[in-house]
Amino acid sequence: MSGRSGRTRIIRTPEWTRPVPAVRREVLTASPEADEGKPPLLFVPGFGHGAWAFAENWLDHAASRAFPAYAVSLRGHGGSGAAPTATLRAYAHDVVQVAVSLPRQAVLVGHGAGALVVAYALARYPARAGVLVAPVFGGWGTFGAALRRNPAGTVPAVVGGALRLRRRQLFSRELPDAVAQTYTERLGRASTRAQWQLLIHRAPEPPVGKPPILVVGSPDDRVVPASALTRTARRYGVAPLLFPGMGHDLMLDARWREPIDAILDWLDKDLVG
Amino acid sequence: MSTHSEQESLEPAATLWRDGRPVYDRGDTICVIGAGASGLAAIKNLKEYGFGVDCYERETGVGGAWNWRHDRSPVYASTHLVSSRPLTEFPDFPMPDTWPDYPHHSLLLSYLERYADHFDLRPHIWFGTEVVRVEPADGERWDVTTRSTGGYGAERTSRYAAVVVANGHNWAPKMPAYEGLDEFRGQVIHASAYKDATQVRGKRVLVVGAGNSGCDIAVEAGQQAARCWHSIRRGYWYLPKYAFGRPADQVGHAAAALRLPLWLRQWLFHRALKLTVGDLTRFGLPRPDHRVYETHPIVNSQLVHYIGHGAITPVPDVARFTRTGVVLTDGREIEPDLVVLATGYLPRFEFLAPEILGTDAAGRPSLHLNMFPRRHPTLAVAGLLQPDAGLFPLVHWQAVMIARWLRLRELAPERARSFAARIAADTGERWNSAKVKESTRHWFEVGHVEYLRAVQRTLDELEVAA
Repeated sequence: MSGRSGRTRIIRTPEWTRPVPAVRREVLTASPEADEGKPPLLFVPGFGHGAWAFAENWLDHAASRAFPAYAVSLRGHGGSGAAPTATLRAYAHDVVQVAVSLPRQAVLVGHGAGALVVAYALARYPARAGVLVAPVFGGWGTFGAALRRNPAGTVPAVVGGALRLRRRQLFSRELPDAVAQTYTERLGRASTRAQWQLLIHRAPEPPVGKPPILVVGSPDDRVVPASALTRTARRYGVAPLLFPGMGHDLMLDARWREPIDAILDWLDKDLVG
Repeated sequence: MSTHSEQESLEPAATLWRDGRPVYDRGDTICVIGAGASGLAAIKNLKEYGFGVDCYERETGVGGAWNWRHDRSPVYASTHLVSSRPLTEFPDFPMPDTWPDYPHHSLLLSYLERYADHFDLRPHIWFGTEVVRVEPADGERWDVTTRSTGGYGAERTSRYAAVVVANGHNWAPKMPAYEGLDEFRGQVIHASAYKDATQVRGKRVLVVGAGNSGCDIAVEAGQQAARCWHSIRRGYWYLPKYAFGRPADQVGHAAAALRLPLWLRQWLFHRALKLTVGDLTRFGLPRPDHRVYETHPIVNSQLVHYIGHGAITPVPDVARFTRTGVVLTDGREIEPDLVVLATGYLPRFEFLAPEILGTDAAGRPSLHLNMFPRRHPTLAVAGLLQPDAGLFPLVHWQAVMIARWLRLRELAPERARSFAARIAADTGERWNSAKVKESTRHWFEVGHVEYLRAVQRTLDELEVAA
């Protein structure tokens, strides 16, 4: 099923009868000096990362370009409440809950597996736009690539351990080792169930409200193979915007400014201007 | 209907005329009547599909019935939802998950206000403006005549490509006629005039009607009044708000999803009620004369509790009023100071000629999916449903359906014609698995899941590739 042509199912018994429980959610914010009426951006980190990953560079930069910027930590990550049994649905619920609490219709920006979470959230919340950064949509192909490149970090996840990413998968060599070291030390983990769901899950329903979609990535990403990036972009009928030479964590890598500027330019052109 | 374009224009914007009055052409814009939950959902979804929208709201704020400041609002101080949060919220704008399972009406209003702000709907709404007439014009368009609420100021007529009627159905009280009511010296009010418990404190109160508001008011009178009688015409099923430790409607929908046959679901439901609520005839309540799912459920955990405390006395139907009291159908005479008629509301479309909606003598319009009139493809009614769950999810999908339908008419007229033929041929299907009791209150009751199944089919049919 492709992102565009799937069907929105309106009978949602699991959501009606087993609502996701409330949890404390960490939301970090950067506000522009003056309100220019630009839509708020909600950044969604991938597995293991917290809102801090965006607070490092992207939040302030977006705010300096007049976009109110927010980043949420999915449950069980960063400063949000513990959730050892969380599912992808619970993560998407966290995103939608924060999005509807914002004063205006928001743009959702998901990174890594957070992009898959955003794809689920887009099927429920009519965002102004969706941005998928180095999207990890899972499936067996991604699993195979992970096994080849990082067997020691991947195998334990199969039996319920934490999925671990290596420093050189996440960052290019331009980022000083010491900085890369501090970032990898901050990584946490997603729940075991959510990790398994990366392998096997129902494809997200199409986005509601037909928002414009942008897919961003790096051909040198050692988590998301170029073929997977193209496949995800094709689901949404777009071509990926590429930043060669960067690692998987585009928001933390040495040249973090280039992708965020490209995203903000795209938003300025598509939504504001 | 006449269009004299050669006539001298009184105001520059008016280029059309109707009966000698100017008509302002709003082009492809769609008119939405009412800015309550249904109207807001209509504006939001039409806007999302790229339509221009003008909404007229007679009050000065959004929220319709849920805004207690509005004179037509039926809410009283203690009104809470009777369906739980996940079955009540708009599917694309969930309520905060930190809210209680059954939020208070003031939270509902804040929710609707946030919805209006989040999707920037207020610039589309003309507040303090009531719709006087909606009349068909050339080319399946509509002339909508408005004026300031209360009849001040001049009337103004604008021509729209389509009209969505979202004026609500809980504001025109249904007043039963009783013999001797005029002579009765006590106070008689309709439930719509009941606002809080101070009105019943220390009085001898008779509450007539066992709808959700009747039961709520009886419970308050049971706690506050000197005496409380609750007059019930027939036996009802009283559903608790919680069952097996969870909101009862969530348990019910989980069971419904198993797609068991109706008789089995009814049997299971009866068993569950017998075990939880128990046999109500012991308290003097009549035995239900129908099976569950056949009328709108009464959700009230407290009524049985206060009957058990002796604070509420169940009594049969009212036969007639006398100068000093009320005679019941079993011959008993009681002497209340205050009678609260919780006898429900009737839908009213005073701005539309009855034949447009195909309304029969009993006031029941004839609408496909409770929305589309037979012969007017550019007119739709939103929110005319009494579901066994929250209304907002249904109204949301109704609004999406209207938006898709109007788009399809533009982009694929051939497919649109076949849908229009189906609307015209509809024989008045009922969206309910059980045989629903005939009554002025029950005809627009729908089973939440049955209705959504029909809506899903229509949505899929109306979809146009982007």
